[in-house]
Amino acid sequence: MYIEIQNAGKKFIQNGTEFTALENVTLSIEKGEFICLLGPSGCGKSTLLNAIAGFEPVTEGSIKIDGKEVKEPSIKNVTIFQNYGLLPWRNVLKNVELGLESKKISKDERKKIAEKYIDLVGLSNFRNSHPLQLSGGMQQRVAIARALAVDPDIIFMDEPFGALDAITRIKLQDDIRKISRDEKKTIIFVTHDIEEAVYLADRIVVMTPNPGKIKSIVSVPIHGYRDRTSGDFLHVRNQIFEIFNMKYEPDIEYII
Amino acid sequence: MKKLLSVKNILISFAVLILIWQLIYTIGGFNKALFPSPYDAVSALKELFTEDSVLTDVGASMARFAVGYISSVICAVFLGLILGRLKNIFQYINPVIQLLRPISPMAWLPFIVLWFGIGDIPAVVIIFIAAFFPVLLSTVSAVGKIDPIYTKVSKSFGIKQPQLMWKIILPAAFPQIANSIHLALGTAWVFLVAGEMVGAQSGLGYLIIDSRNNLRADTLMAVIIIIGLIGLLLDTALGLLEKQILKTWGEN
Repeated sequence: MYIEIQNAGKKFIQNGTEFTALENVTLSIEKGEFICLLGPSGCGKSTLLNAIAGFEPVTEGSIKIDGKEVKEPSIKNVTIFQNYGLLPWRNVLKNVELGLESKKISKDERKKIAEKYIDLVGLSNFRNSHPLQLSGGMQQRVAIARALAVDPDIIFMDEPFGALDAITRIKLQDDIRKISRDEKKTIIFVTHDIEEAVYLADRIVVMTPNPGKIKSIVSVPIHGYRDRTSGDFLHVRNQIFEIFNMKYEPDIEYII
Repeated sequence: MKKLLSVKNILISFAVLILIWQLIYTIGGFNKALFPSPYDAVSALKELFTEDSVLTDVGASMARFAVGYISSVICAVFLGLILGRLKNIFQYINPVIQLLRPISPMAWLPFIVLWFGIGDIPAVVIIFIAAFFPVLLSTVSAVGKIDPIYTKVSKSFGIKQPQLMWKIILPAAFPQIANSIHLALGTAWVFLVAGEMVGAQSGLGYLIIDSRNNLRADTLMAVIIIIGLIGLLLDTALGLLEKQILKTWGEN
């Protein structure tokens, strides 16, 4: 297995009391898989992502990527954040070049790679704009181009479309699905949106809070194009609703 | 915020000031040697430019100011960036800074003269001290307030020191630092004149003392006007520069 998470847990001390953010998480992820971590706020999905990405390592258990224990962020992996994390003082091109600057490649090569990925996310006309001049959706596209430019093994996405309007979100979901298939990246994607998870993921890791843990793992057996209104799609969506006990039960007993 | 200093506003407000000045002079019937009229001040100004070589003094003052202010800002920003990242060390340095900060730079003057002698250096050192602490403290605070996402992004892309400082932290903290650099300009200019009133043999501060010694109230007023105008010009110029830099960031 590519990513191996075993009995991982994370405890914080908050105002003198111990708080368990994550408990007993065991999960294996294969190379090239698209995994969604799904759950309500406080279920530890972002904590788990931050732990796998190496920002805040776990306090219990272990997380291994390619056989190596995760202790700090690796430049082989890249994280995309909800609030984009673009540098407002750099234009789009320079933002995309940021990750390439730590690598030993010539200026011209750097520019060529950056332009290729700006092109891929459809922002060629905006390469000289500054982030604050762009819409939220466009800013997140820049962040995606910046992440892809360094050719990472794994892309971590922490509610990347959470701040976008519904239509833009659907467009970006299409983009990211296409990218995951064409570029063959392993993607770990945190979301609280059930439909988003069903649309994107190969497997959905459903998490519940207090303490944060994995409730179940749902495979999405739909290959190729995913139609949000098809029976297969609704079936998986239904499954998740059931896991969260959010389905309406007509034969409920009445208590007076 | 629209332009605070439009040409029309400047002209009107200066015209009103001169009018009030003239009124006080006319109504009060003051002695010319104690309170010059606008006319006296303007003729003294003319005299300063034609008969005396006031531009040499302006040049001397500007040179001292440039050396003191620019070196102070560079040191303060550099040190502030480092201390802003080293919170544990700053905890111990901060009390000393807070102790030194409220001491007027002028209080150090006797020592400065004893250590460095008279001439250009006292004014330069005074300006350096005047600008140093506000810029240092503001830089430390600006670095502390940087959005943590920038640090996360840098980690994600493997950006390490010294690139981290130069590429990420300095630009991210820049708007607040620029603000304090701008404010320190005014403070430093105030202390230039004070610094030159002792020990210097040229410059605007020296002209003030010289006018006093010669009992020339009109020249004194003329020099005061020059000091004010240059201060205003410097402030406007730096404001434009600041705006220009922030503009290239796509900020409005």
